Amino acid sequence: MKAKAIKVLIAKPGLDGHDRGAKVVAHALMEAGMEVIYTGLHKTVDDIIRIALQEDVDVVGLSIMSGAHVPIARKYMQKARDAGIDDKMVVIGGVIPAKDIPQLKKIGISGVFPGGTPFLDIVRFIRDNLTHA
Amino acid sequence: MGVAKYTKNEKGQITDVELQSGIHVKTFYGPEDLERVGFSYEKDLADPGQYPFTRAIHPQGYRSRAWTTRQYTGFGTPYETNERFKLMIANGQTGLNVAFDLPTQMGYDSDDPIAEGEVGRVGMAVDSLRDFEVAFRDINLAEIGTGLTINAVASIMLAMYQAAAEKYGYDPKVISATPQNDILKEMIGRGAWIFPVEPAVKLVGDVIEYSIKALPKTNPVSVCGYHIRESGATPAQEIAFAFLIANAYIDNVLARGYDIDEFVGRFSFNLNVFGNLWEQIAKFRAARKLWARNLKEKYNVKKTSNMFLRGLFGGGGFGLTKAQPQNNIMRGAYYALAAALGGAQTIALCSYDEAYTIPTPESAVISLRTLQLLMDEVGMRDTVDPLAGSYFIETLTKEMEAKIEEESEKIEKMGGIIPAVATGYIQRLVSRQAYEFEKGVQSGEFLKVGVNIYTEGESKEVELHRYNVKTAEKQIRELKRVKRERNQRDVKRTLEALEKATKAGENVMPFLVDCCRAYATVGEMTKIFRDVFGEFEEPGLV
Repeated sequence: MKAKAIKVLIAKPGLDGHDRGAKVVAHALMEAGMEVIYTGLHKTVDDIIRIALQEDVDVVGLSIMSGAHVPIARKYMQKARDAGIDDKMVVIGGVIPAKDIPQLKKIGISGVFPGGTPFLDIVRFIRDNLTHA
Repeated sequence: MGVAKYTKNEKGQITDVELQSGIHVKTFYGPEDLERVGFSYEKDLADPGQYPFTRAIHPQGYRSRAWTTRQYTGFGTPYETNERFKLMIANGQTGLNVAFDLPTQMGYDSDDPIAEGEVGRVGMAVDSLRDFEVAFRDINLAEIGTGLTINAVASIMLAMYQAAAEKYGYDPKVISATPQNDILKEMIGRGAWIFPVEPAVKLVGDVIEYSIKALPKTNPVSVCGYHIRESGATPAQEIAFAFLIANAYIDNVLARGYDIDEFVGRFSFNLNVFGNLWEQIAKFRAARKLWARNLKEKYNVKKTSNMFLRGLFGGGGFGLTKAQPQNNIMRGAYYALAAALGGAQTIALCSYDEAYTIPTPESAVISLRTLQLLMDEVGMRDTVDPLAGSYFIETLTKEMEAKIEEESEKIEKMGGIIPAVATGYIQRLVSRQAYEFEKGVQSGEFLKVGVNIYTEGESKEVELHRYNVKTAEKQIRELKRVKRERNQRDVKRTLEALEKATKAGENVMPFLVDCCRAYATVGEMTKIFRDVFGEFEEPGLV
């Protein structure tokens, strides 16, 4: 029996409008057979949680280029707990310095993919960590 | 960065080169190539300063005037930005280009809950006229031109710039601002849009119309192929889409009953520099020619100087890499060379650390020095358009011209640029291309030094501009003080007048200037637009 496609929400939290990376990763995940929903720009954390709930996605991917990844991740995880969806895998992509990765992991982000991460690594990470969850 | 497609034989010799725009490059070029593309000196080239201006818009080129250097600058509060402006001017920079933080670009005040964590982060925070007074303190606004990299609320920032200049005693007729004011490209790439297409384009037109009489030395729009290219467009698409967008703004102002020669001479362009060197040079030369022809033949422009494509060629942010970041200094030098050989009026470079952070003072000055070195040391001002007459460059320029026209016709055929943006056709096209390109980088098809060739293992951790959490507190404190101290009756009166004018479809600019003078905030003015115009609905990804 064919497994149900993994459903991923690619989200752009905050006011930043640089979405080349988010869209490129969305294309890559789609090509890998995942179902991808893209939130569009300028979403608040509340918007993203609402869409994640509505669409019942397996993974939430936050794309952040502005440097505000730590406060946004913290806010997201807090609100995800409140909404009872903190069990959903959360990954982050964007301009993320290596030194921030441990902190993001501690906050509860499963995977961090700075710009330039090979698509295959992202796809594998999602597949492996969802099945082992 | 390698962006062309190279085909090699089993010996590793290159057998074909296909540029991003889809043009194939031959092993060598000769007179028969010029014949093949129908090249004529008079028609295609002409002397510098002569129609169609392929070689240069000025007969003397850089002999009469070197290009303006204008690094993109701004962060934190207006106090910090003012200091950096002065540093750059002290180091010989000849123009300013203001970076605004995201809340300002999106029309929110620093104390708006949505601005949390973003105040002063990627640019300068601006809430009221007080911030511009601080940012431009001790800067000679009669001498230096200022780019305002702002789009959705360009009208508000230009009004504020005028109000600040007046406050410092300058006649608005002598100040020269260049608000970016290109909202359609924000909808394609960069994403700092607020209002739906129609009112957004109307605001662009308001700025252009108002500038004709009130701000005659201001360049009211800087049409950006730049960000369209960064989002995944080919160089030919970059120019094609930028020109279609420029024409949409022209049509908006013409519909208000103006003569084209009254305003189009103040249009400027912001074009990108990364990619294949020859393709960029040919792109700039072809663009200058096509823009002049567009104005002369389609719009019947009479005055020669109004046909000039005046351009900021620069940036190249997409070409930079986080791996081996100092390589970006060399990349910047080659990009600047492309811009100078392409005949730029203004050049700005992304600083070497800009692939991942706000430039440090040192890296910003290195970019400036790169430009100065090119200008003063290696002979770039010696002669105009030194590559003219090269069999290769002239053939490629003709071929780029044809490609740009081809890309343009595709969009015209489907109903024009406004529907192509509103429906998301262009956004989908360029993001698909961006994906294909990225796959090519990951597979090694497109060579990138330090990324997929000549790599050095784990990249070193780089030093980042530290975001100061105190910035927001300081900015909000200042905002509260301004709000407390201003004349509330003036604020109410000017905002009400703005609302009335906005609803009536009048040109909002004079009303915005009044609001700014009364210290109304960016958030207060934008809220009126939001309530009246609504917001842009972003088209889907697929």
